Order: sequence, then C-alpha cells, then structure tokens
Amino acid sequence: MPTKPDTESVAVLDADGGAGDGARQDVLMEVRDLQVHFGMRGGALARLTGRKKGAVKAVDGVDLTLRKGEVLGLVGESGSGKTTLGRTLLGLNRATGGSITYRGQDLAQLREGRLRPMRRMLQMVFQDPHASLNPAMTIRTAVGHPLRIHGLVKDDDEYDAKVTDALERVGLTPPERFLDKFPADLSGGQKQRAVLARAIIADPELLVADEPISMLDMSVRAKILQLMLDLKRDLDLTYVYVTHDLASAKFFCDTIAIMYLGRIVEIGPTDQVFSDPKHPYTKALLAAIPEPDPHRGVPRDLPRGEVPDAAQPPLGCSFHPRCPVALAGCGWEARDLRALLERRWLDLPPQEYAREKGLIGNLDVLSAPRLTTVALAPGKGHDSAELVEYLRQLREEASETEPREPFWRGVTTMREDGGQVVVEFAAPADPKLLPVVDSDVRVACHLYGESQA
Amino acid sequence: MATTTAAAEAADAAGGEREPVLSVRDLRVWYGTERGPVRAVDGVTFDVRPGETLGLVGESGCGKSTLGRGVLGLTPTGTALSGVVDFKGTNLVGLPPKRLQKLRGPDLGLIFQEPMTRLNPLMKISEHFEEALRTHERKLSKTAIRERALEALRGMGIPPSRYNSYPHEFSGGMRQRIMIALALVLRPAFVVADEPTTALDVLVEAQIIKILADLRKNFDTALVLITHNLGIVAEACDRVAVMYAGHIVEQGDAREVFANPQHPYTKELLRSTISLSTTGLHYIPGSPPDLGRPLEGCRFAARCPVAMRGCEEHEPPEVVLAGGVRSACWHQALEADPSLGEELGKDGREPLAVKEISVADEA
Ligand SMILES: Nc1ncnc2c1ncn2[C@@H]1O[C@H](COP(=O)(O)OP(=O)(O)OP(=O)(O)O)[C@@H](O)[C@H]1O
Ligand SMILES: Nc1ncnc2c1ncn2[C@@H]1O[C@H](COP(=O)(O)OP(=O)(O)O)[C@@H](O)[C@H]1O
Ligand code: SF4
Ligand code: SF4
Ligand SMILES: [Mg+2]
Ligand SMILES: [Mg+2]
Repeated sequence: MPTKPDTESVAVLDADGGAGDGARQDVLMEVRDLQVHFGMRGGALARLTGRKKGAVKAVDGVDLTLRKGEVLGLVGESGSGKTTLGRTLLGLNRATGGSITYRGQDLAQLREGRLRPMRRMLQMVFQDPHASLNPAMTIRTAVGHPLRIHGLVKDDDEYDAKVTDALERVGLTPPERFLDKFPADLSGGQKQRAVLARAIIADPELLVADEPISMLDMSVRAKILQLMLDLKRDLDLTYVYVTHDLASAKFFCDTIAIMYLGRIVEIGPTDQVFSDPKHPYTKALLAAIPEPDPHRGVPRDLPRGEVPDAAQPPLGCSFHPRCPVALAGCGWEARDLRALLERRWLDLPPQEYAREKGLIGNLDVLSAPRLTTVALAPGKGHDSAELVEYLRQLREEASETEPREPFWRGVTTMREDGGQVVVEFAAPADPKLLPVVDSDVRVACHLYGESQA
Repeated sequence: MATTTAAAEAADAAGGEREPVLSVRDLRVWYGTERGPVRAVDGVTFDVRPGETLGLVGESGCGKSTLGRGVLGLTPTGTALSGVVDFKGTNLVGLPPKRLQKLRGPDLGLIFQEPMTRLNPLMKISEHFEEALRTHERKLSKTAIRERALEALRGMGIPPSRYNSYPHEFSGGMRQRIMIALALVLRPAFVVADEPTTALDVLVEAQIIKILADLRKNFDTALVLITHNLGIVAEACDRVAVMYAGHIVEQGDAREVFANPQHPYTKELLRSTISLSTTGLHYIPGSPPDLGRPLEGCRFAARCPVAMRGCEEHEPPEVVLAGGVRSACWHQALEADPSLGEELGKDGREPLAVKEISVADEA
C-alpha cells in the first residue's frame, strides 16, 4: 500500500505505456479521455435561432490510472472540475464522452440499473458534513442506510452490529451514546465521522472524498485526516481526495493531479510535483500558499486575474491569460487585449485614463471569446492612425519593461484597415498532457518540448 | 512597522510607539440565552495602532467573531457588554446606537465573509458606492463619488470599465474585493475583517492578503484580521492575539510569537496546523469548554500537555515576557516571579494527571 505516511514507496505513474519499475500495482480504475459537459439552457430565442449558448466543459478530456491502495489528489481552484470528475468516477454524474473502466466494465456506459450494485463499492464523502446527513434521521438510520439500499443484512441484529462496528471504527465511541442522536446533536467533526462511517459500512473499495476537511475547524482537520488514514489501512481502501488545500494534499496523497478548467495540467508522484513543479500554474499555486514560517517574507509574485468562466474558456492553453511565461502560440485572442488595456488603466491617473480610453470606440468588440482577428474602431474625434499609433506605443513600452509582458508575443499584426485597426493573433495550439523526460510527471504546457503536438 | 505617513515617521524618529487608535480594556461580551449567560468574550485587553494589523486566531467558538463585533458595537440584542473600547478618546461601550451608526463607515469598518449576501444583486456596483458615500458624506457630487469609488476599486484591482456592472457579472473573488473596496471607500481608521478569505481559493486569498497589506501601508488603516489560517497571520500581520475560551492567552509580535510560541495553547495550535512542512499529524485532544458554564482556573487545563495540579483551580496571571509578548500561563508566570508559586498550593506544581479524552469529544 503506497500511502505515504505508512511507507516510503510511492505509486509509480504509468506514463503512457512506460511501465514503472518496481512492483506494479493493480489498476483499480482506468479513465480515458473523460468528458463531462453540461449543456447550458439558452433562452427560447436562442433555441429558435438555433444558436446554442454552448456548454460548460466541466471535465474536458481527462486520462487517469487509479491504482489499488493509492491516494490520488485532485487539486485546483474553484470551478476547475474536481468535484465533477470525482462524482463522475462514481457514476453520480453522467460522462458525455470517454470511458471509466472498473472491474472490466465501462461505468461511463452502464445504465442506472447496472450501476447501482457497483455503487456499494464506490462511496463518496462530501465537503459539508451538515448538509450530508438528513436532519430527521438518527445516526443509526443514517449510517446504516447503505446496508438497507444494497440489501446487505438479514435482520435488525446484524444491522445494529454493523452500525455499531462502523461507529467504533470512526471513533464515535461508545456507539450507544451516538446511535439515537440526530445530526444536530453532533459537532462538525463528529458529523464528518458519521459520514465516514456511512461511507465505509458497505465495505467499499474506493472512496471519493470531496474537501472532507475544508469546512471543519483547523483543530479538527488533522483528526479527520488521521481517521481517514486509519480506515484506509484497516479496510484496504483507495482514495480520491478532492481539495484546493495543497498543504493537506502534500501530506495525504501519493499522486497529485493539478486541474485547471476541466483539464489535468500536471500529474505525478506527490514528492516530485511539490519539489519540482513544472507547469506554470502549479508553480503559481505553490507560491501562493501562506506558510506559518516566520522567516518567509511577504512579497510573492502572484499570477494576475482569476479562473476564467468555464462556459467561455480561453483559446489554446486555458492558463495563458494568467501565465507569466506564455509563448506566441499559447492562445492569445481579443479578450486578452481588453484585459491588457484594463490592467494598464488601473494605474493611470483619471485624466490619462479618460484620454486613452477615448482613443478606442467600443471596447465590447474585444469581449467576444476566441477571436484571433479583431477590428477595433477609434473613439469619437480620433482616427485609426492615432489608435494604431497608441497600440504600437504600448508594445514598444512593453518591450523595454521587465518582466516582459507575454501578450505581445501573440500579436502578429496591427494595421489600419478601412478606418479601423485590425489586430491579428498567432494561431493557437492546445497543449497536450505528455510525459516529461527524466521524471514520472506528465504536464500539459508548450514550454516542455516533448509535449508539443 | 512600515508606514508612510509623516506622523508615523515622526513617531518612529522619536523612537516612540504611536498612540493606539483603539484601546480595549477588560472587555466582556455575554450573550443572554435560555441556559443563562454565554461568556463569549470574558475580559480581554489589547491595543491596535494606526497602520497595524492584529491577527486574531483560535479554534472555532473561542469568541473571535464576538470580539470583532463587540468592539464595533455590532452584537445582537440581548447581549451584555462591559469594559472599555476607547476609539480616539470615545468609549464605544454604552454609546447610543445612533452615534455608533455615525461612526460606522467613516471611522469603523467591518468586512464579512460571504460577499454575495452583502451586495444587492439588483444594484450596479456604482450604485453601491453612491449609496455608501451618500449616507456619510451627503454633499459629494456624482463625479466626486465616482472618483473616490474608482480609486478604491483600483486599489482592489477592479478595472474602471466594470464600474457599471452588476454583482453577478463578477467572480466570487472579485465580489469579495468589491466588498473590501466598499468598506474602505470611506477610509475608516479601524477595520475588522472576519475570515475574509475563508471561502476563497489560495490564489485569490493571496491576492486579498496582499491588498490588505498594502492598505495599512497606504492609508494607515488599523486592521483586526480574524482567520483560522495561521499562515496568513504569519505573513500579513504585525501582531497576533491567540484566543482561547473567551480570553486572549498570548499576544505579541507575530513573527516572535510564531518563531517562539510561549503559551502551551499557542504551541499546540501551531503544531496541529497542516502546512507544507507537515510530516506527521498532531492534534489537540478534546475541544474548547462550553462558555455557558462557569469556568475556573486555567481554561486550557483539561487539554494542556504541561498542566500542573494548581492550574485547574487558579487562573494564571498574564505576564509580559521578553520582546513584549504577553502570555497567561502559570509556567511563564512562575518563571517571571517564583513567589507566585505559593498561590498554586502545596502540590500545585505537580503534573496534572491527564484525563483520557475520547476522540469523539471534539468540535
Ligand atoms: N450540474 C451542473 N450544471 C452546469 N454546470 C455545472 C454543473 N456542475 C458543475 N458545473 C460547472 O462545471 C465546472 C466545474 O465545477 P466543479 O464543481 O466540478 O468544480 P470544483 O473544481 O469542484 O470547484 P470547487 O472548488 O468550487 O468545489 C464549473 O464551471 C461549474 O459551474
Ligand atoms: N448570538 C449568539 N447567542 C448566543 N451565543 C452565541 C451567539 N453568537 C455566538 N455565541 C457563542 O459564543 C461563543 C463564541 O462564538 P464566536 O464569537 O462565534 O467564536 P469564533 O468566532 O471564535 O468561532 C460560542 O460559544 C458561540 O456558540
Ligand atoms: S502552455 Fe504553458 S507556457 Fe503556454 S500559457 Fe499554458 S502554461 Fe503558459
Ligand atoms: S496555566 Fe497550566 S494548564 Fe494553563 S496553559 Fe499554563 S500550564 Fe497549561
Ligand atoms: Mg468542488
Ligand atoms: Mg467566527
């Protein structure tokens, strides 16, 4: 079993066919090109005009190999698709593409009826312990629920014995004290213990734990993590641990998958990902963690901006608008020009801001997603010559400023055309998740030559 | 302390400390409940100086939010307050609600946790600022309001071109930054931020913490930052106060306290925090005591790994240690003044036999 705190051995990641040396572990679940797209309900008008409002690509082409006894961490910011991926692994969300091979069957294709017996083996622990227990059910009823749905006990005595055993395992002792309590009588940590008891009572193989400690007080977090480690050891469990807390992931996981906007951008053994992060996003995440170490200084370079809207993801590499080292082909588009201008204007005194903004007619033409060519009209009282001059001057200034603004790498031309200024961007390329030489890590970034398509 | 105002420089040059903007003395905040009073804050004393950030940490239920609201007079009805909250010479405790209301905004600010519940979804961002500024500065023209608002928003990284957008057009992180801009547009001298980043991601959280750090530099704002994230305190606070069961058990320079924690509770709290350097799990058994029951002695005694017999009955006095750190624990008190030992009684210094605490008895 590769759980870090127990042993030194680390799950060896199988980088596309390259078998890791050492004992290969049994594969529990194999995920290939998994997609979960949520349709967005456009208005009636959108349907009439046949214009689809698009889809949220919550999970967009994920490959994973989950080994028995492994703890896999899914890490990323809000909206990166961690929860959706975790739920889909258990058949709680429908995949819209790809496969999930488990015990010789493809969970992504199974009908609900065939899926139900599988669910006994695949359990989920949710973030909010208060919301995951029915307030009207006693702990006895709630914890034993899976026994009833899967018909795993013959009589009440066996039921009670199993519930008692589960409560003991999660530290809710003596069980008699808790059996007839309601969730409202329990503290947050006790509730999460009860939720864990329910998750393990049907003797599952895989537990997907979605931020199981993030709603708990800090002093309780270590206790719940310790309990999860104990359960894993005693019951031979495999975990998928969903979190945006890198510190607990580092301690708890054998393998880390860093997600950004529905994709895995970096995956590998935890120690390698933390000691030598490859993807610029991984580096940014690690740099952002505040550490209770009094010797570490305040200044940190943070990536600008925030996670983009998943319904309208950026072109090329989704991280490019925030990436400090992006290249020409990383997906630059019209929206990035708007962001660049707005960032510049933040620092200008009001008059200068008004003057510069006045040079440009309507900024909104820059808001349409995925435009690699855009025509920008000059503002009232200005002409295209002034506007193109302004943009060229910005580029000029940027070429003399460190750190170098990567945006301009992506601009191929800026020219006047029919009273407007046409800006063209380099052709975008989608980075693929590919192995990095001399490591067990795979990364999706154009900076790593091997991963260029 | 990095402050940029002339006053600060003068004070620094004179080698003296600046006058506190807020002085809290023996503050008590008791909630009236059916079971009797809940002593959520039970005799707390501290100062906050201009441009200073004080981090307030402690387990859930130790009274941090109550203290934060108490100093601003924002406690629910049926709450009893006593003690002194001296804000620039005025005692806020017992001040009529009308006068407190007047101070709120231009002098006292509060930043809450959930941004969406505080912004009106039907009002543009511009309208939020107009409302906030008009309430307190009636004569401001629309242009002046716009300028003030854009300046505050700019400080939070919200572009001027988004001034007329609605709250739902922003991400959660941006909304939280807008909330902070709204609280700060009136340039309050003193702000309480209650877990302002708990619901946010690391990157957004780091951005906000950076912004708060700039703030005290640029506007000389004094800030009380309530958080469960000790990393944030270490990075963003000048001083830290550790709360346990309604008391401040240790306070002092943040770096000093983290580098060299004195009070057993501070030590345990630091040890049980999961950080990037965590290699083994540690936790404090049990949970903080019920503040609705009368408590005697040291409130941490039942969970303290170095408790002595006398600790259970005798409340430890606060002592000032090297570097100005204050701690309320018998160990430090005895070191400072061994004669205090008599108070602990005959076997008072013998180790306290630890009662087994069930893992389930927790918060
Ligand atoms: N049922 C749904 N219908 C439409 N969109 C959805 C649905 N569930 C999730 N999404 C969208 O899919 C994307 C990924 O969401 P998901 O909840 O998986 O993210 P997450 O990484 O778990 O985020 P968090 O850290 O906030 O929990 C988001 O843009 C979200 O809005
Ligand atoms: N409105 C209230 N009425 C009664 N008790 C309260 C109220 N608000 C908080 N408390 C109690 O006061 C104590 C301190 O709570 P709080 O200030 O919220 O702590 P913290 O912010 O440190 O978690 C707790 O015991 C809590 O249950
Ligand atoms: S592919 Fe790599 S370099 Fe290009 S934007 Fe993405 S992370 Fe940055
Ligand atoms: S006074 Fe006694 S019980 Fe309290 S913290 Fe100090 S040693 Fe522990
Ligand atoms: Mg989630
Ligand atoms: Mg609180």
